[in-house]
Amino acid sequence: MVKIECISIIGGIDKSGKPENITSLDIREGEIIGIVGPTGSGKSQLISDIEQLSQKDSSTRRQVLVNGKVPSPALRNDPRQKMVAQLSQNMNFLADMEVRDFLRLHARCRGKDQISTDEIIYKANQLTGEPIKPNDNLTILSGGQTRALMVADVAVISESPIVLIDEIENAGIKKHEALELLSGHNKLIMIVTHDPVMALSAKKRIIMKNGGMSTLLEATPEEKIVSEQLSGIDATILHLRELLRNGLYIEENDLNFIPESLLCKEENASLTL
Amino acid sequence: MQRRKCIPHLVATDQQKMTDNKTINKLPLIIIAGTPGAGKTSVLVHTIRILKSANRRPALVKIDCLATDDDKRFAKLDLPVLVGLSRDMCPDHYSIYNLDEMKAFAQKNQADALIMETAGLCHRCAPYTENCLGVCVIDSTSGPNNPGKAGPFLSCADIVVVTKGDMISQAEREIFRERILEANPGCNIVDVNGLNGQGAAELAQQFQSFKAGSSVEDKLRHNAPFSVCTLCVGEKRIDKKYHRGLLRTMSGCEQYVGE
Ligand SMILES: Nc1nc2c(ncn2[C@@H]2O[C@H](COP(=O)(O)OP(=O)(O)O)[C@@H](O)[C@H]2O)c(=O)[nH]1
Ligand SMILES: [Mg+2]
Ligand SMILES: [Zn+2]
Ligand SMILES: [Zn+2]
Repeated sequence: MVKIECISIIGGIDKSGKPENITSLDIREGEIIGIVGPTGSGKSQLISDIEQLSQKDSSTRRQVLVNGKVPSPALRNDPRQKMVAQLSQNMNFLADMEVRDFLRLHARCRGKDQISTDEIIYKANQLTGEPIKPNDNLTILSGGQTRALMVADVAVISESPIVLIDEIENAGIKKHEALELLSGHNKLIMIVTHDPVMALSAKKRIIMKNGGMSTLLEATPEEKIVSEQLSGIDATILHLRELLRNGLYIEENDLNFIPESLLCKEENASLTL
Repeated sequence: MQRRKCIPHLVATDQQKMTDNKTINKLPLIIIAGTPGAGKTSVLVHTIRILKSANRRPALVKIDCLATDDDKRFAKLDLPVLVGLSRDMCPDHYSIYNLDEMKAFAQKNQADALIMETAGLCHRCAPYTENCLGVCVIDSTSGPNNPGKAGPFLSCADIVVVTKGDMISQAEREIFRERILEANPGCNIVDVNGLNGQGAAELAQQFQSFKAGSSVEDKLRHNAPFSVCTLCVGEKRIDKKYHRGLLRTMSGCEQYVGE
């Protein structure tokens, strides 16, 4: 497996055939990059160019370099060397298997028999309000549990150093924590999103327009504060969701719920304001 | 036997007198097999578009059982398209003994390759010849146990195209891939999304670099399944006493019943 330090996207053309505004863009390991823009602006095509390590052979004529070099055909074509993991809203678990057996099987595929499946389930459960049990059947997991397990699986078992996330905002998982879990493994992450919580979690974001990469924005210090506050709101919404699920009435007071993990961060944030 | 009254035939009308064996022997043959709905046509349409933009001109043949709309999907590609319906025969058998007619069709239309999509239904057949490029299309949502059960159309293929990866997790895709390699260790696996064509460029590349021709001496890779019994020739009654031929019992015993 090649160690990824940096991937470079060399700009191609937009939908009108004009050169893209951004002619070259480097993304380094550990970085989280947002991809935003209206529907049809080319977000998914950008993701797909990276997934395929395009060499001016897709409709956008973009070229993707790995560590500054043209990737070898093996790196592009050999499924065992594929460096890219993708998470999307449409993905589901369809295998008729228990969670524990499934994770063990996947770990074995990756030659990682020693990995503890309990650890993966534990990590997934940090992201969802409804705990997953090792002997649950995969197919009965809720959307949130499914997404949480996929994130934990990608973080722990999959070696793919590049993770592409396509609109997983409505999954009902703790988004900030999910990104932290993924980026904690020094992966390079790109997120297509319409969701401010996700978009502002990224330090940089690419603005797409008419099929081309139009601008690269860096998150401002003010956005960082907004981002942390949004995280609090997100946590509150997840909390309300849990209360509703458990058959409880919602009180006004519940709106003030902020998880402890976020409290001290918020104080720091307002100090720097 | 009333069932055998009309043997279905390909709709190629021209006589093949002018058939030039030499050029036919050089014609690369690409056979696409897989269960219905696996994504064969979707994958092919994307792949052939790429081939066309590289100035290739393949002829397309679709073999199905009863009816097909695939010819309409192929027709949009503006290439020679031929349809064969096997009706009450196994479509894989049918495609094999009609191969000559298909090659002649391709040749008559100045095609540089013959690409055939079969319906592949019985799981015991593999339509690939030794000198063709055998491509199996398999749907990754069919579950991780499916590759082990798929039979020779998977295990004899040169290339295994995995579709619908957009619908399952990466973990499941990887397990699926392992299972394919267990069933066919030497194959080349290509992930293609039949909806948006992602991955089709890789497949097109492999089609383009496949140059071998399928000559008249070409053979099947895998023997076709055995079936010689009264059911094969139209018997509908189910009681045991009506059945003759080579029969296999639930306990696995094979016996010949008859004269
Ligand atoms: N989500 C998804 N659907 C696909 C994919 N490939 C094919 N399909 C759908 O699966 C169905 C069957 O595809 P088709 O190409 O007709 O299968 P064939 O019978 O093997 O030729 C169609 O509705 C396709 O749109 C894929 O990669 N992802
Ligand atoms: Mg079809
Ligand atoms: Zn058959
Ligand atoms: Zn029979």
